[in-house]
Amino acid sequence: MFKILNAEFLAPGIKRFVIEAPRIAHKQKPGQFVILRLYEQGERIPITIESSDPERGTIGIVVQSIGKTTNMLNSLNSGDDILNVVGPLGKPSEIEKFGTVVVMGGGVGTAMTYPTARALKGVGNRVITIVGARNKELVILERELREVSDVLMITTDDGSYADKGFVTDKLRQLIENGTRIDLVLAIGPIPMMRAVAEMTRKERIRTIVSLNPIMIDGTGMCGGCRVLVDGKSEFACVDGPEFDAHRVDFSVLVQRNSMYRTAEQKSMEEFQRETVQTRECALQGGRR
Amino acid sequence: METTKKPSLNVLPLKERMKVPRQHMLEQPPLLRATNFTEVNLGYSEELARQEALRCLECAKPACTNDCPVGVKVKDFVQLIVAGDFLGAAAKIREDNVLPAITGRVCPQEDHCEGGCLMGKKVQPLGIGYLERFVADYEQRHLDISNLPKATPTGKKVAIVGSGPSGLTAAGDLVQKGHQVHVFEALHTPGGVLVYGIPEFRLPKQIIREQIDYMKAMGVEFETDVVVGKTVTLDELLEEEGYDAVFIGTGAGLPQFMNIPGEHLNGVYSANEFLTRINLMHSYEFPKYDEPMLDLHGKNVAVIGGGNTALDAIRSALRLGASKAYVIYRRSEAEMPARKEEVKHAQQEGIEFRVLTNPIEFLSDGKGWLNAVRCMRMELGEADASGRRRPVAVEGSEFDLPLSVAVIAIGTGANPLIQSTTPGLKTNKRNYIEADVMTQRTSRRGVFAGGDIVTGSATVILAMGAGRRAAKSIHEYLTSGAW
Repeated sequence: MFKILNAEFLAPGIKRFVIEAPRIAHKQKPGQFVILRLYEQGERIPITIESSDPERGTIGIVVQSIGKTTNMLNSLNSGDDILNVVGPLGKPSEIEKFGTVVVMGGGVGTAMTYPTARALKGVGNRVITIVGARNKELVILERELREVSDVLMITTDDGSYADKGFVTDKLRQLIENGTRIDLVLAIGPIPMMRAVAEMTRKERIRTIVSLNPIMIDGTGMCGGCRVLVDGKSEFACVDGPEFDAHRVDFSVLVQRNSMYRTAEQKSMEEFQRETVQTRECALQGGRR
Repeated sequence: METTKKPSLNVLPLKERMKVPRQHMLEQPPLLRATNFTEVNLGYSEELARQEALRCLECAKPACTNDCPVGVKVKDFVQLIVAGDFLGAAAKIREDNVLPAITGRVCPQEDHCEGGCLMGKKVQPLGIGYLERFVADYEQRHLDISNLPKATPTGKKVAIVGSGPSGLTAAGDLVQKGHQVHVFEALHTPGGVLVYGIPEFRLPKQIIREQIDYMKAMGVEFETDVVVGKTVTLDELLEEEGYDAVFIGTGAGLPQFMNIPGEHLNGVYSANEFLTRINLMHSYEFPKYDEPMLDLHGKNVAVIGGGNTALDAIRSALRLGASKAYVIYRRSEAEMPARKEEVKHAQQEGIEFRVLTNPIEFLSDGKGWLNAVRCMRMELGEADASGRRRPVAVEGSEFDLPLSVAVIAIGTGANPLIQSTTPGLKTNKRNYIEADVMTQRTSRRGVFAGGDIVTGSATVILAMGAGRRAAKSIHEYLTSGAW
């Protein structure tokens, strides 16, 4: 059992948790993830570690409600327990002095860019951070990112905050303005990472993406998270999760991530129906 | 042949014993069991067990014990069954084997105890596996484990990495010597391959839980959710957490793929993933359990490979509703490494064996899903390094087999997590950990290894044998301090 010490919504549907996990906190490096399971019948899901505090023995994760498990997780609060948390898994991000690094986060991926941006800044890189969200409400970690970035650019799809547009628009501007870029790190939805990869491929700018395939054990045992990199199968859990964006076959990633779409929808619908029933029952003062 | 010193409890004259037929174990009927995950074998009754036990010839130099990787004193425990002392029989097995309910179910007895049985030269060998299973199950129902005797503590701490068969065996032997034993497991449930690899119909999860509960009652501590090499390193265990010795029994981790076109298509699984979803994550009980599985009802499913894992996978697929279930194997049935009993069970259940057949490409439906597998027919040529005749492709023999799901069960490689984070730990060319065959010692002082992470994929009982040898030499190391 892993206790939740703090839980707060950063934006609608996006929650940050601080979890007691001393072993993981002691070892975590930027770019690594945990796998967690909420209850006996639960699935195992990978989530990137957003921060860790070895002294307090805690780790932070940021979770967006998407399917059944993330919705259930986001209904938990301080004092609740998570049944299993294992990690830190995956290879850490490569942290060294590259020069100028553009760190790009899309949606909840923004939270995952934070530890890496901070570490890259810590070793003396010039860090330009570009984060994008659908609208003003969904812009997260602005203050934290500003602290670790030399330049912070924010875009919203609807223009309700900062600049209207996508993170790739900002990247294109940087490239067109002749900004020297030594490395791009992009974490977010697959279409965003793919678009970044296509843009930087032409410019021959080294680009790293953090992939999120379906995973079970996270230790290399099952091979379910295999991604096609340079035409060869690699396991995101032990060889990744970060890969050279220009070598990744994004179509295969999209296709494999859709493998259980029907089952996932079924799970979510049942979960929603149950949640509604529980609420209606509670409103009527009854018990399920 | 020497004569036994103790008088036999068996009243049946020796020459009469060979005339008693081997007692069959009851099985679920094939067509019924092919639709459920309940255990295939149903066990002996007390009467059947005593009847079978009467057949033992009580050899003075029993080959059964000699051929057992953990050296179970077969003759002695069988005599206790004859006497009706079933708990005594269980205790006798436990002197050498801490997982009797498991080995009684999944051990390839034909290669070990029963293979050596003298009676087997004339008639069917003694049903040692069935008898072991019977006493283990009897013990589970009748023994109170709340007050097991504990050895005097030695003050020494041993870390066991991995809770599969080798780790559990080492843990059980070491705790009985009075050492403090702490088992680390990467997954959320202890048991390793016994839990994620072997299906419910061959080894029910309840049996594993009971055996682990027994070990906890013996004093073994378990900690799940720890990936040694990631969550904590081996050196940290030795230097910071105060362990005096470490045993590495992490198993053969990485699934091998065939490296043929189309392997990334949706519907192509490694056997490890397919079985882990079903066994560890209970996806066959979706949506009661959250982890999903592709719906196999009415689908054509094939497993590629001829080992026990392959048969476990395809028999699971059949139980999940597959309309056609194939085993595709590139050699002939004679070379198949799977247990004969499993092959027989699979055939009875209606699984089709496509032997001398080798896949060369997985074909897509054009939308990223598996649609068929392209195969070549094979014929057997000269013997290869393994002594088996090498399969050679028959030119122009390509054909397509319509398929929705393919499970690749062609073996595993070494998981590198510990090797890559433990300086000075020697590995061989294939990245398996080097360990002495007798003492299981590695190149690092105080570090021992055994099971599949040393030998590559093998069987539960061979891993247990390694765990046992390791426990013996760990105990010697901890008491003498000599390396």
